[in-house]
Amino acid sequence: MNALIEIEGLSKRFGSLTAVDDVSFSVGRGEVLGFLGPNGAGKSTTMKMLAGFVTPTAGTARICGHDVQQAPVAARRVLGYLPEGAPTYPEMTVIAFLRFVARIRGYRGGEATDRVEQAVALTTLADIRLQPIETLSKGFKRRVGLAQALMHDPPVLVLDEPTDGLDPNQKHEVRTLIARMAPEKAIVISTHILEEVDAVCTRAIIIAAGRVVADATPRELERRHPSGRLEEVFRAITQPAAA
Amino acid sequence: MIIARRELGGYFATPVAWVFIVVFLALQGVLTFNLGNFFDRNQADLLPFFQFIPWVFLLLVPAITMRLWADERRIGTIETLLTLPITRAQAVLGKFLAAWVFCAIALLLTFPFVISVHILGRPDDGVIAAGYLGCLLVAGAFLSVGAALSAATKNQVIAFVLAVAVCFVFAVSAYPLVTDFLSRNLPALGAIARRVSVISRFESFTRGVIELRDLIYFASFIGFWLFVNAVVVAHRSAD
Repeated sequence: MNALIEIEGLSKRFGSLTAVDDVSFSVGRGEVLGFLGPNGAGKSTTMKMLAGFVTPTAGTARICGHDVQQAPVAARRVLGYLPEGAPTYPEMTVIAFLRFVARIRGYRGGEATDRVEQAVALTTLADIRLQPIETLSKGFKRRVGLAQALMHDPPVLVLDEPTDGLDPNQKHEVRTLIARMAPEKAIVISTHILEEVDAVCTRAIIIAAGRVVADATPRELERRHPSGRLEEVFRAITQPAAA
Repeated sequence: MIIARRELGGYFATPVAWVFIVVFLALQGVLTFNLGNFFDRNQADLLPFFQFIPWVFLLLVPAITMRLWADERRIGTIETLLTLPITRAQAVLGKFLAAWVFCAIALLLTFPFVISVHILGRPDDGVIAAGYLGCLLVAGAFLSVGAALSAATKNQVIAFVLAVAVCFVFAVSAYPLVTDFLSRNLPALGAIARRVSVISRFESFTRGVIELRDLIYFASFIGFWLFVNAVVVAHRSAD
């Protein structure tokens, strides 16, 4: 397997609190990894380290072979990252924001316009392209963040809760989009919605208290509990006392 | 500098830029004409104008820089920005340049003062140009301080107050009040305080004197604070 994302022994401590504890995994082309875990388990922190935003206390992360600490710019060029909450500049219009991202990504003139138009079409933002981002609903804001992450057609996508705040139709669209892109890319999505794991993920990692506690396909995970439901498995694994 | 362009656009997208420019021009006008006795001096120069400008900047420049990083951190866009394929140095420089260009625009809009002295007499344009260069450098120095302090906090008010305080220290450090005190108690620091003062450097510009060491002073002052800014961004970006 050709691993596009490699994480080795990644740890992050904030003072005495260990947010992420010796996490290792790799993701290859064609895989969609569902990153699950209770709030505060270290999902976002791991993704932030993968994106090179948070400096790890220990361990390394590589994207397409580029170490995110040693070669951050090269790593970010091949990465599409949707941060938690999809923060974008509120006073900018959708199109102005996407043009800014296109220019930073090194696209000029006609190519920049093409890239922006493509991203707008992929995330169905055409109707609101000239609206300031602050006037948009949560779902649209999320899609603007998604458009920003997809614009350069990166081989690696790291999406922190891509469907949070979307209505059921929009959720379905985003999942279809992810499924369509999946064969060519390595994708990591974090989510709280377990049905989403069934719908789009080829593999799931459950993390609790900063540690990887399960790494298997959704099918295998479901077999771990008599009920055969992912929800029960999730509860059993992440709340040891209740199991 | 794509970041600088976006930032500059951001200033004019909100009323902040217009309020700043109007207040700056109004304050400068009032101070120059009323306190500076622009007309009564019967001299065709801009000394009363330049005399007040560092103090106006002392209050207004931190108002520009307070949101520079603090706001970005508060709404979380710092994560979007710093995960784009740019270095932190480029982000720091881009934001600083945008703020500096903005100050330059505000300064350019004071052109009626220049026209006035030309109508009233025959001023020395070299001295005026040197004075404007000095203003721009003072603005740059204060901006670099404000930007670095803004990166250290999420709270714009804290960023503003800290920036005014630190800029004030660098502004007054050459005044007799400070230097006399230091010479008496800490003679070693007295000499240093005179050297690091932004205002005493600026005054030689207003006399039309552009000295290499003053230019080096401003360049290293701005460079130092931008470096601090980059370090703070690298270490505190995620908090």
